[in-house]
Amino acid sequence: MRIGLLITCLVDGMFPDVAADTVTVLRRLGHEVEVPAAQTCCGQMHVNTGYPRQAVPLVRRYVETFSEFDAVVAPSGSCIGSVRHQHADVAGQVGDERLATAARELATRSYELSELLVDVLGVTDVGASYPHRVTYHPTCHSLRMLRVGEKPLQLLRAVQDIDLVELPDAESCCGFGGTFALKNSDVSAAMLADKLDRVAETGARRLCASDSSCLMHLGGGLSRRTGSMTETVHLATILASTKDPS
Amino acid sequence: MSTDLGMPSLRPPVAPPGVGGLSGDRSFPAAAKDALADDQLRRNLGNATRTIRTKRAAVVDEVPDWAQLRAAGAAIKDDVLAHLDTYLIQLEEQVTARGGVVHWARDAAEANRIVTELVQATGVDQVVKVKSMATQEIGLNEALAEAGISAWETDLAELIVQLADDKPSHILVPAIHRNRAEIREIFLREMGRAGLAADPGLTDDPKALAEAARRHLRQKFLTAEVAISGANFAIAETGTLAVVESEGNGRMCLTLPRVLITVMGVEKLLPTWPDLEVFLQLLPRSSTGERMNPYTSMWTGVTPGDGPQEFHLVLLDNGRTATLADPKGRSALRCIRCSACLNVCPVYERTGGHAYGSVYPGPIGAVLSPQLTGVEYNSTLPFASSLCGACYDVCPVAIDIPSMLVHLRSEVVDAKQAAHRAPSAEAMLMGATGWVMRGRRRWPLALRALTLLHRPIAALGRLRGRPVRISVAPPPLSAWTAARDLPVPPKETFRDRWARQERGSLGSGGARQE
Repeated sequence: MRIGLLITCLVDGMFPDVAADTVTVLRRLGHEVEVPAAQTCCGQMHVNTGYPRQAVPLVRRYVETFSEFDAVVAPSGSCIGSVRHQHADVAGQVGDERLATAARELATRSYELSELLVDVLGVTDVGASYPHRVTYHPTCHSLRMLRVGEKPLQLLRAVQDIDLVELPDAESCCGFGGTFALKNSDVSAAMLADKLDRVAETGARRLCASDSSCLMHLGGGLSRRTGSMTETVHLATILASTKDPS
Repeated sequence: MSTDLGMPSLRPPVAPPGVGGLSGDRSFPAAAKDALADDQLRRNLGNATRTIRTKRAAVVDEVPDWAQLRAAGAAIKDDVLAHLDTYLIQLEEQVTARGGVVHWARDAAEANRIVTELVQATGVDQVVKVKSMATQEIGLNEALAEAGISAWETDLAELIVQLADDKPSHILVPAIHRNRAEIREIFLREMGRAGLAADPGLTDDPKALAEAARRHLRQKFLTAEVAISGANFAIAETGTLAVVESEGNGRMCLTLPRVLITVMGVEKLLPTWPDLEVFLQLLPRSSTGERMNPYTSMWTGVTPGDGPQEFHLVLLDNGRTATLADPKGRSALRCIRCSACLNVCPVYERTGGHAYGSVYPGPIGAVLSPQLTGVEYNSTLPFASSLCGACYDVCPVAIDIPSMLVHLRSEVVDAKQAAHRAPSAEAMLMGATGWVMRGRRRWPLALRALTLLHRPIAALGRLRGRPVRISVAPPPLSAWTAARDLPVPPKETFRDRWARQERGSLGSGGARQE
């Protein structure tokens, strides 16, 4: 199976380790991953801020770059959510039915990491070890757009030495919301504060999620909290970790 | 009596600005900032919304065919919207045949005028009211007051809001922002001005507060000659109107007075009685978290010697036809005003309803209000959401609110661009990022430029002996750093690392942070 990695713009520019860790996990399971250089961004920021026409070339680029792959994987529920729920519609808005059809077809082969691992590759134990107390925040787009359900938790429960603790009110939004975090900064910050209070209640030293955007927001809030010892970690990084780094 | 609507214009009119309660005078972020500073408000809202959403989840989970009921609810409403013209005429015929009078109101101003004239014709200067969103929407109480007519709210929460000269902040629980200590104060201070005064020894025990309201309201019920209501549903095939409620105060208004005037949005129709069966299951469970609401009142025209002897139905457009004209926005008209979306919304829970400026707050308000008024008048509401999707999940008629918000954001952007010749700073930024991101060579260069910041920041960290946090940034990122640090860019983008290592030794991830 040819797997293409959608790095996602945020991971590419700000959190490259997350993409490397995604590759590591898939290689350990015996799958090669290709990283097409022509890829850029899914276009979600433009669509969600009210500029869908700016996103049309990005949809076209995604479709042209990844159509040849059997599966596309991204370490982001939000970007795959955009691929699956917005791309065809954005193409349709400018009357490009061919692109819309191609986007719709490619969307059925585009997966968030936990979906690819559990649904497509049929794996829950990826051979990872992570000796920390971890709590998991199921990001909104993974949870309610992609319906990944328990998949990330299934993967985490199979990690050796992990101390996985439940996050109270886990399903409520962390307050990131893309440009919402800028346009409605005060509300976003209030949501963040409540989320971090819940995280603190768990005593976890690692706050895990499967979206670097939400983690950037959560991590940016955590580093403002005096005395907080909790760090953010992407799901891919935990799954890539082993007892004996080779 | 019916009014000729005339030839439809190409674009149906929106609700007139400045009449009624569909838009506030402040932007959502500005109003939200004040609301967030009110700790008491946040506590009241947090407790109340948590209680209702927990109740709702429990009673929805116990219905095995909830998904099918929800799909049926959506399908029935879509049928109504697709054939609104036919059903409305049918409703008018049936109501008229059974002794009622139907009036058509293009907008809030027309509806207010019709109702005012109807009340004036009876010669009274006091009316009692059943809780109604439509009359809040058109600002009926204010219009009646201008004509010297006092309209008394009889729903307990609406009474609290009215006595405090306040505005509703929730569709179902308009006084959700008040706690019982505040309610006691309001009753003691204001009830006498409006009628029977409260006992000076009144406590904030919920039973005592309810008893005070009961005594105050009973006097109104027994003297009122005219009642004004909204309607939850109207059944086209028989001309039957329905109001569902919890207190029975609505029932008093609907049965005791001689004249009943009902103001109803044109989208409230259901084709037949069996359709009502679906909604009487969906609404109470979604709304109050009850299996069945305590009082369901239904009436069909006028019954001689029983109940009101004069019945008027005012059918209100006020931007609904304009909403219907948008294929991507029209499903907002499926809404049955249950307020489940408010109770699960993380934004509403923290700001309360007043921040939205409209009588329809929360997620449904953020999509409905801008459509009724035109996006120019509620331009910040479509952005008042993190698009978390919790609202869509609980909506009993499956309104895809997140997708509609995204659609309306582009409408706002287009309207702003049409109004100003020069593009906004945001439009230029979006155009520039769009241009950079669509180029397979430009984009990697832009990302690489970001990593140039890594070395100086790392050097500064070494100098200080601790990692640097980016806590200050220029606009628009200053809005980010107001509450959060920015991450330090990495020394190399992923694609550069990948190219350099040529897929060689990338397999050593994960544990490197340890």
